[in-house]
Amino acid sequence: MKSLSELAAIREQMKDKVAIRTGSGDIRVVVGMATCGISAGARPVLNAFVEEVAAANLTDKVMVTQTGCIGICQYEPVVEIFEDGKEKTTYVKMTPEKAKRVVEEHLKGGKPVSEYLIGNTKL
Amino acid sequence: MNSVRAGAKHIEILLEEDANAVLTLTIRDDGCGMSKEQVSRLFDPFFTTRKTRGVGLGIPFLQMLAQQTGGNVSVFSKSEQEHADHGTVVRAVFHTDHIDFIPMGDLTESVLTLIQGSPDVDFIYRHTTPSGSVTMDTAEMRSVLGDDISLASYEVLGFIKAYLQEQYQQF
Repeated sequence: MKSLSELAAIREQMKDKVAIRTGSGDIRVVVGMATCGISAGARPVLNAFVEEVAAANLTDKVMVTQTGCIGICQYEPVVEIFEDGKEKTTYVKMTPEKAKRVVEEHLKGGKPVSEYLIGNTKL
Repeated sequence: MNSVRAGAKHIEILLEEDANAVLTLTIRDDGCGMSKEQVSRLFDPFFTTRKTRGVGLGIPFLQMLAQQTGGNVSVFSKSEQEHADHGTVVRAVFHTDHIDFIPMGDLTESVLTLIQGSPDVDFIYRHTTPSGSVTMDTAEMRSVLGDDISLASYEVLGFIKAYLQEQYQQF
C-alpha cells in the first residue's frame, strides 16, 4: 500500500535539485488542454513532455504548462514553445512520439523539428 | 479549470455512486463566485464573462451530459462582493445505467492533469462507490513535501499516479 511517507523520501531525493532550480525556466512548453486538445489526444502528449523532459534532465531549464483553446482546433494537439529572446515555435498534430523527438532535438539540441511545425503541416 | 481561474485556492471534487446507479458529481471551490444574474444565465451557451470570445460551453455541455441520462445540473454561488465565505458549488447528477451515460474515462489521468496545471491549489478528490472508495488530498501531500517542491514535478506526479491507481485497483 502506497503511503504519503514516500513523499518524504522524494523530498530528500529532490532537496539538492531544488536549490539549482530557482530562477530557472527559460524554456516554456505550453500544451493546449482545452476540450478540443484533450479530445485530439493532448493528455498523452502533455505526459510525454513531462516524462521526456525529466528523462533528459532538463527540468531545471524547461517548464511544461497547460493552456486553454488556442483557436486552431483543427490542428490539435497543439504545443507552443517559448524561449527567451526567440520567436515562439508552434507544433501541431502532436503525438507522444513526436513529443519525444521535440524534447531531444529542439529542447536539448536547440534545433526545431521543422516537419512538425504549423507552417509545414497539411490538414 | 474554471475554479482555478476564479482564484480558488481550495477545490473539492467528489464523485459519489450509490447502489441505484445514481452518480453525483460535486465540485466545490472558494473562488470569487458569481452574482445571481451570472448564475441565472450560466446555462446559456452564449453567455460568458470572458472577453476573448462570446461562448461559454462548459456548463451547457455538462448539463447536456447529465440530462441525457435523466439527471440534471445545479449551481450555487456566493460572490465575493456579497459574501465573506464566497465560492461556487456545481452539482451534476447522472444515471449511470442509462444508455446515453458517457463513460467517465481515465479519472486518474484527469486528476493528474488538474494537479499538473495548478500545483499550488489544494485539491481534495474523493470517489466513492458501493464497492470501495478513492481519496486524495494535495494539502496533506504538500505538508509532507514542504513548500519548495512543486506538486507538478515529475517525481511527485509519478507518486500521485501510483497512489490513485493503487486505490482504484482495490475495487
